[in-house]
Amino acid sequence: MSHHIVHVKNLQHTYPDKTVALRDVSFLIHHGESVGIIGANGAGKSTLLLHLNGYLSATSGEIIIGDDQLSKETLPEIRRTVGMVFQDPEDQLFMPTVYDDVAFGPLNLGLSADETETRVMEALQRVGAVELRDKPPYHLSGGEKKRVAIATVLSMLPEILVLDEPTNGLDPQARRQLIALLQAFHHTRIVTSHDLDMILELCERTIVLHEGKIMADGPTLDIFNNEELLKTCRLEKPFAMQGCPVCSPDKRPLVSQPPLVPPHSSKPHDHEH
Amino acid sequence: MLAIDGSFLDFKQLDLLALRQTPVHRLDPRAKVLTTLCFIICVVSFDRYQISAMLPFLIYPAVLMAVGDLPFGYIMRKIVIVIPFALMIGLFNPIFDRQVLMQIGSLDIWGGWISCISILIRAILTASAAIILVAITGFPAICEALEKLKMPQTFAVQLLFLYRYIFVLTDEGVRTARARQLRTFGKRGLGIRHFGSLVGHLLLRTWERAERIHMAMLARGFAGEIHSTRRQSHFGRTELLFMGGWISLFILLRLYNAPQLLGGLFTGTMP
Repeated sequence: MSHHIVHVKNLQHTYPDKTVALRDVSFLIHHGESVGIIGANGAGKSTLLLHLNGYLSATSGEIIIGDDQLSKETLPEIRRTVGMVFQDPEDQLFMPTVYDDVAFGPLNLGLSADETETRVMEALQRVGAVELRDKPPYHLSGGEKKRVAIATVLSMLPEILVLDEPTNGLDPQARRQLIALLQAFHHTRIVTSHDLDMILELCERTIVLHEGKIMADGPTLDIFNNEELLKTCRLEKPFAMQGCPVCSPDKRPLVSQPPLVPPHSSKPHDHEH
Repeated sequence: MLAIDGSFLDFKQLDLLALRQTPVHRLDPRAKVLTTLCFIICVVSFDRYQISAMLPFLIYPAVLMAVGDLPFGYIMRKIVIVIPFALMIGLFNPIFDRQVLMQIGSLDIWGGWISCISILIRAILTASAAIILVAITGFPAICEALEKLKMPQTFAVQLLFLYRYIFVLTDEGVRTARARQLRTFGKRGLGIRHFGSLVGHLLLRTWERAERIHMAMLARGFAGEIHSTRRQSHFGRTELLFMGGWISLFILLRLYNAPQLLGGLFTGTMP
């Protein structure tokens, strides 16, 4: 278990309704790497993530986490190793209070009440949510919910963090906080998102999925500079890499877009004269 | 729609009340659950024409509200919500039950009226006891107490999930209803047919959510049993005193009609 490798080999998944969601997906992720998985809606991102902790089982191909091949016997260990943060924190926070929720994983691992307490407090401290410990989840704001959802996973001391659309539905400041939080982690991180700016900040490597196939796998910057690739995959350069259309409008030809400020204040019906 | 919205937001306040620290809040939840149960059984078991003997039972909610430092107006508003339901049950009693039970001057009082009022009082008493129980204990603690009292865990977990997701579900319901309302322009839309598919959608969404929650539980090592860190609660002398005191009072009040006895004391005619 020294390298915490995620090794996916020729993964294929077909849903019961015969939709092929993943075709021959293979990649290798090393310890400490931070990898973004991007793709259009329906490209197979979520399906891929659900394989990583064994919720879905592969139609063919194999997955190796650490030294263990994913199978029924290794499932409990793999689920502890791979901490899964789901898209909607509402689904992840199902216990009556924040404390109970963060304690859920450790207690399932069979830890004693004292050990659990330490784990919970550490995890809450990590995400800056100690003062929320006795609150019920529906009293939290969106950003707080997300941070607590991450704590529920951290308390199991996972080696690999898998995050599905972590910045979804957060206001700009909560998003910023979350990115800073994730940057501080030294776990192996796998993040899917449509928030490409976040991927750019968080992940040095990116895998592009398109219709269930891997279209590209490489350094994030290289991928975001490949406009043709992005276009075929229904993606777009992150805003941070686009010239600012307001400050320097001629750098990016915004064809067929009306000017932001109307030329002077033309009166209605002016053109009729 | 706004009304429903509001009353559910209010629900959350009930939770906040449960976080207070007063002598009754600190009692072991089991004592409170059992006492409330006993209270409800006593009240419900009265004869259907009984009114006067039930009135002294008001002392239980009144004392708990005072000691528990609960806002009177808020609890009242919660109780008012159940009154229409109680009225629905008692509504036809005065029509069907015309047996004259007493006369005030030349006015005949039918048994139906009395039983209707009796139902109403029962509803107010039991609802207030239940609401106060939640306000001084908190729903999760009640579930835990029930579990310790040997209720199967499955039921306790069901109740907890119900409480946890009722907010999420109503949120979704309210949003759906709002979306419908905004496109029906004050008319009835397609009427009842429409509501069928609306509710169906809600069910499907609930189903999907349940699946996602299950997924999240599995991802954190769930194997069929929910372990919770037991809150340190201790069934000690205070609890025994609380339970013993109240329950013996309830039994006394149930067996003897206190207002009648008191009245008899003053007029000198014992029944």
